[in-house]
Amino acid sequence: MTTSARYKSRIFKTEDSEDKQYVGFATLPNQVHRKSVKKGFDFTLMVAGESGLGKSTLVNSLFLTDLYKDRKLLNAEERINQTVEITKHTVDIEEKGVKLKLTIVDTPGFGDAVNNNECWKPITDYIDQQFEQYFRDESGLNRKNILDNRVHCCLYFIPPFGHGLRPVDVEFMKALHEKVNIIPLIAKADCLTPNEIKKLKDRVRDEIERFGIKVYQFPECDSDEDEEFKQMDKELKECTPFAVIGSNTVVEARGQRVRGRLYPWGIVEVENQSHCDFVKLRNMLIRSHMHDLKDVTCDVHYENYRAHCIQEMTSKLAQDNRMDSPIPILPLPTPDAETERLIKMKDEELKRMQEMLEKMQQQMHEKDQ
Amino acid sequence: MAATDVDVFSNEEKRSLSLGGHVGFDSLPDQLVSKSVTQGFCFNILCVGETGIGKSTLMNTLFNTTFENEEASHYQNGVYLRPRTYDLQESNVHLKLTIVDTVGFGDQINKEESYKPIVDYIDTQFENYLQEELKIKRSLFNYHDTRIHICLYFIAPTGHSLKSLDLVTMKKLDSKVNIIPIIAKADTISKSELHKFKIKIMSELVSNGVQIYQFPTDDDAVAEINSSMNAHLPFAVVGSVEEVKVGNKTVRARQYPWGVVQVENESHCDFVKLREMLIRVNMEDLREQTHARHYELYRRCKLEEMGFKDTDPDSQPFSLQETYEAKRKEFLGDLQRKEEEMRQMFVNKVKETEAELKEKERELHDKFEQLKRMHQDEKRKVEEKRKDLEEEINAFNTRKVAAETLSLSQPLKKDKDRKN
Repeated sequence: MTTSARYKSRIFKTEDSEDKQYVGFATLPNQVHRKSVKKGFDFTLMVAGESGLGKSTLVNSLFLTDLYKDRKLLNAEERINQTVEITKHTVDIEEKGVKLKLTIVDTPGFGDAVNNNECWKPITDYIDQQFEQYFRDESGLNRKNILDNRVHCCLYFIPPFGHGLRPVDVEFMKALHEKVNIIPLIAKADCLTPNEIKKLKDRVRDEIERFGIKVYQFPECDSDEDEEFKQMDKELKECTPFAVIGSNTVVEARGQRVRGRLYPWGIVEVENQSHCDFVKLRNMLIRSHMHDLKDVTCDVHYENYRAHCIQEMTSKLAQDNRMDSPIPILPLPTPDAETERLIKMKDEELKRMQEMLEKMQQQMHEKDQ
Repeated sequence: MAATDVDVFSNEEKRSLSLGGHVGFDSLPDQLVSKSVTQGFCFNILCVGETGIGKSTLMNTLFNTTFENEEASHYQNGVYLRPRTYDLQESNVHLKLTIVDTVGFGDQINKEESYKPIVDYIDTQFENYLQEELKIKRSLFNYHDTRIHICLYFIAPTGHSLKSLDLVTMKKLDSKVNIIPIIAKADTISKSELHKFKIKIMSELVSNGVQIYQFPTDDDAVAEINSSMNAHLPFAVVGSVEEVKVGNKTVRARQYPWGVVQVENESHCDFVKLREMLIRVNMEDLREQTHARHYELYRRCKLEEMGFKDTDPDSQPFSLQETYEAKRKEFLGDLQRKEEEMRQMFVNKVKETEAELKEKERELHDKFEQLKRMHQDEKRKVEEKRKDLEEEINAFNTRKVAAETLSLSQPLKKDKDRKN
């Protein structure tokens, strides 16, 4: 409306000329939308935490499927010396024509053994492996069909039975915060009254800051968004870490069938915002920030890994006294001794010739003068 | 009565007689009760569970009072036991209650040593009692008994099964203390899940041979209630000291947005059952079990370690005094033997040293002789040389004199020649 008013006030334009002013790249978002729907999306989510905190139940509630139909839970005596495994479940789900390939990476055995020294190592190794595989694929010749298995988000479950973070929680998050987006959650929040939840959240936020753990930060919303959105965004940020409840069962509450947990003293509704933060988590994870999580993984964590990798490679080569070569270093496997020697020889020859050239230039210069 | 008569009586069958009238010894239990009431009772509870699982809250709820305690931190280096003693009174009964808390349990990354401080504490209390018992001048009736009568093991409500740490710890404790496992913070488990959870826990305990405390079913008065309670183990409890208005009553409860969990409502949780069993029915039995079973086991192991036995090598029953005498004799005998040995050793050493010294003396003597001989030889040689020299000198002198006399007769001639 304003544009046409502007035009009308300045120059007299007919309807036709207005069409001529319209270039048409405003349809770009639609094109992107169409293409992405055709291509489909993928998302890898990792869940980590001690066993018995409701991780599988929450994943089932989030994606309204049953991913864990036939899993076997270990007995206590089998878990005394248990090692951490990494298991992957991949499902293809579709909604309104949009396809999503969802991969859930589970970490059974984390924190379950009596001695949990470095129990997060298999997890960090797995994440690094995915990065490394993507790195190699990206540097390969045929890059058409790269499979992106990088972990986009890690939901870490904090037990609500304590007074805050425990040493194993702190160590895990510190080992992973520079490799993956960590979203801490307070699990099984139906054992905490609203006051206790608030106290625990404050405690956990304090401790996260105190220990310097970099959890996933929601991006700042743009200043031209409307007030409602900004308000929602502010509420979201103040709510972290989310206190969640999950459920595999559907119960009857207030005349409706909802996902919930049935107790003798009442019914906990998973999707009731006054009962828990499940809705906020779902909205954040799936409805608004899924793509941002992927972007941060690609732009920040993966780039960090890549830079680190390349730096290591160049420092290894630089140890052989290579001068700064004009050719950019390719991520090739380190050359064997023979080729290295040849390269060195050629380098020295080059250096000598350069020096001779300089000398001749200087002589000529002096001659001129 | 003569000693022989008494012996005869004890070997005969005891005869039961009926009384002709009221004697009055049916007041014996009352006398016992009034005596123990004046003495006061003593009870020690050990609470084992992760930090923040609700141990202090449950104690406050059980005894309807607020024991002072600070919130523990998760970052302790190891497990510490924190005993606190309180004096409680209800009606005219005094109770000296000691609550021992495990601080830092389950927080470390490596929990392999977590059970050790607990076991050490229990053993120390047994040791103190044993020492008091073995004293010569002892005062057991005055002794503040700190042995742990009951261990409440708090299981986290995961809904799946026991944690590995729970299993390891309970196995180490079951032979030393009465264990009652309880499921803490049970308001996070729904009824159906709770049923499965309890079955799983009990089956895991049984399959791993963990002996938990069974409420006694041999006393008719309490057999029925105890046996039904045994089936409800482990108790799923909820603790709270806050009061909430429900209907027209104010009860202790936890207020949630979706409902109110009442602590003393039997359909909500097993708190009432726990209180009944622990305090109202079986407290005395717990103390007895601790003394008669766990303490006796400890004592037996300890004394066996020290070398005491109930039977001597001939398998005749041995009393402690005889054992003590035998031990003493043995000890003195040992001492004497050692003394003999040392003396022998000393004598041998002296002999050796003497022999060595003699040897050395002889060597010295030989050397001396040798040197003396050498010296004499040398002397002789020197003497001979001197004689030779003297002879030579004499010969020279004689020749000299001869030459002089010869030259004297012609000295003027020479002088004259020279003057010229």
